[in-house]
Amino acid sequence: MTTVAVKPATMGQALGRALRDALAEDPTVHVMGEDVGTLGGVFRVTDGLAAEFGDDRCTDTPLAEAGILGTAVGMAMYGLRPVVEMQFDAFAYPAFEQLMSHVARMRNRTRGALPMPITVRVPYGGGIGGVEHHSDSSEAYYMATPGLHVVTPATVADAYGLLRASIASDDPVVFLEPKRLYWSKAEWNPDAPQPVEPLGKAVVRRAGRSATLITYGPSVPVCLEAAEAARAEGWDLEVVDLRSLVPFDDETVAASVRRTGRAVVVHEATGFGGPGGEIAARITERCFHHLEAPVLRVAGFDIPYPPPMLERHHLPGVDRILDAVARLQWEAGS
Amino acid sequence: MTVMEQRGAYRPAPPPAWQARTDPAPLLPDAAPYRVLGTDAASEVAPELLLRLHAELVRGRRYNTQATALTKQGRLAVYPSSTGQEACEIAAALALQERDWLFPSYRDTLAAVARGLDPVRALTLLRGDWHTGYDPREYRMAPLCTPLATQLPHAVGLAHAARLKGDDVVALAMIGDGGTSEGDFHEALNFAAVWQAPAVFLVQNNGFAISVPLAKQTAAPSLAHKAVGYGMPGRLVDGNDAVAVLEVLGEAVRRAREGGGPTLVEAVTYRMDAHTNADDATRYRPDEEVEAWRDHDPVLLVERELTARGLLDEEHSRAVREDAEAMAADLRERMNQDPVLDPMDLFTHVYAEQTTQLREQAAQLRAELEAEAETDGADR
Repeated sequence: MTTVAVKPATMGQALGRALRDALAEDPTVHVMGEDVGTLGGVFRVTDGLAAEFGDDRCTDTPLAEAGILGTAVGMAMYGLRPVVEMQFDAFAYPAFEQLMSHVARMRNRTRGALPMPITVRVPYGGGIGGVEHHSDSSEAYYMATPGLHVVTPATVADAYGLLRASIASDDPVVFLEPKRLYWSKAEWNPDAPQPVEPLGKAVVRRAGRSATLITYGPSVPVCLEAAEAARAEGWDLEVVDLRSLVPFDDETVAASVRRTGRAVVVHEATGFGGPGGEIAARITERCFHHLEAPVLRVAGFDIPYPPPMLERHHLPGVDRILDAVARLQWEAGS
Repeated sequence: MTVMEQRGAYRPAPPPAWQARTDPAPLLPDAAPYRVLGTDAASEVAPELLLRLHAELVRGRRYNTQATALTKQGRLAVYPSSTGQEACEIAAALALQERDWLFPSYRDTLAAVARGLDPVRALTLLRGDWHTGYDPREYRMAPLCTPLATQLPHAVGLAHAARLKGDDVVALAMIGDGGTSEGDFHEALNFAAVWQAPAVFLVQNNGFAISVPLAKQTAAPSLAHKAVGYGMPGRLVDGNDAVAVLEVLGEAVRRAREGGGPTLVEAVTYRMDAHTNADDATRYRPDEEVEAWRDHDPVLLVERELTARGLLDEEHSRAVREDAEAMAADLRERMNQDPVLDPMDLFTHVYAEQTTQLREQAAQLRAELEAEAETDGADR
């Protein structure tokens, strides 16, 4: 038996490895976007792919997001499996029409004749000191569009597994990559990558009995930190990492909330009209008689994303999460 | 020294060996739309081609009038007529081989029919029983596209994909003059030229984007001139001259097939009807303008040539008329039957595999339908 070296890897490296393995295994996979070729992407996720697979498989496109996604639609119509990179969250907006009007509904429009196995990778979220238009959390727009899957990893291992599953999916996937976790490290063995799990499954990152924090992407590590800090207050918090916003794993979420009786939804996206409202409603519809307190939300303020020197006041942090936990009517419930 | 003077005084040195990356001269369109019918060249056109085009144009005209009539009978939700533009519609279909792909807009149902699609299935979108009435792979024809210009990048991507696979396939995308103002038009042409994709763009300049005339749409010398900025040839053609359109599109398709890259073709034509049956064209254009175009009708142009050459005999005319009437009668009869709809189809093709949430919603609708059926049964 050979022992494989398990080394620390970053999320960015795991994503790059997922692309590489997909390109190697499936000749129909094509990576395309701005600067993904020679440069290897502004976050270096596609580093080395053009050198290894040639620029027909990993293509530097003209700088036009609607054109990138629009041509990917045509490529998918011809049987290819494009993986498109949008350079930043707010730069994906020019591609919205292609995404909403074609990518999301081509299967439906054609009664299944033209599936759209397209993965749209979007670096998203704040916390990296980016100037304006570089830190948006746009997931609610994508979630509100039937026909799309919306997936976001929070760990190095999930980055690999979820991206492989997204590329393998016969449906379009908006794959949201938490920018500030690109450099997060974990022990990860690239020679024995985790089996690809089906999309749509949430996971309990930390088991607890007092209350459930429901979160995803960049807020997962924040919630885990909050859960550790909460021990000092006597709260044993469960943390659910959704991983997939669409399809939504009602089962895992509801099971957790029924166990704990209390829930806080945490995300960077703005609260009003944000994912938290939908999640809170789904919990209330399913777990009303188990709830000891209203479902609370800790979200970004309802403001345009702030300038970098002020973003720490906007992003959900440990203290704000603990404040929300403190408001879960403990005196009445226990 | 003022700021403006400083700007005036500034003389940047040009890079030493600058030159245009492409010679623009061969890309420029002709000064006037290319024509065959009514010129000396018309006598060179094979009689078989003229007769074939005549039959297709008459049939196409009849299809347009029949579909318009169906809107008045409530059998179509809406119909954007291509009356007056049949030469472009027919030529687009005839310029392609079976293996090629056509990317029509919502006004191009006639091109779809001319490509061999059943007229009833071509009208699925406009009747409203589904969004697309055919399998695009079967006809190598994208769904009729409503959001303007958005199908153009699809054509480029498909042409590019075919080339990557080593397949000998050309994509032809159709768009109107208004659509050329859309960003996707620009992005599609730019991608096509950069990638040298085997794509052909046919702009039917019919004078109006609903009510807005071309003068308010662009300041370009012609729409064909836009090609030069992308580094592809632009061709200007009389869009009512079926022989000329077919020839120009044929050349563009051949060029694309041989690896010469994309071409932009502007066909100058006129939308004889309103934008759709729901539009009132008298609000934005005088009848005299429409009347003036009747003398330059695509059917008439071919008939003049046939007559001049003694090719338009009674036998041919009757056969063409009967064929068109048979098509119209069949279309009328089948469109007058209510389509059979299954509401449960609403959930069938949203995802490859239904999500839990959609399964729940499908169950809700099924229960509603069952309750409805029970009530209907009790009422009888």
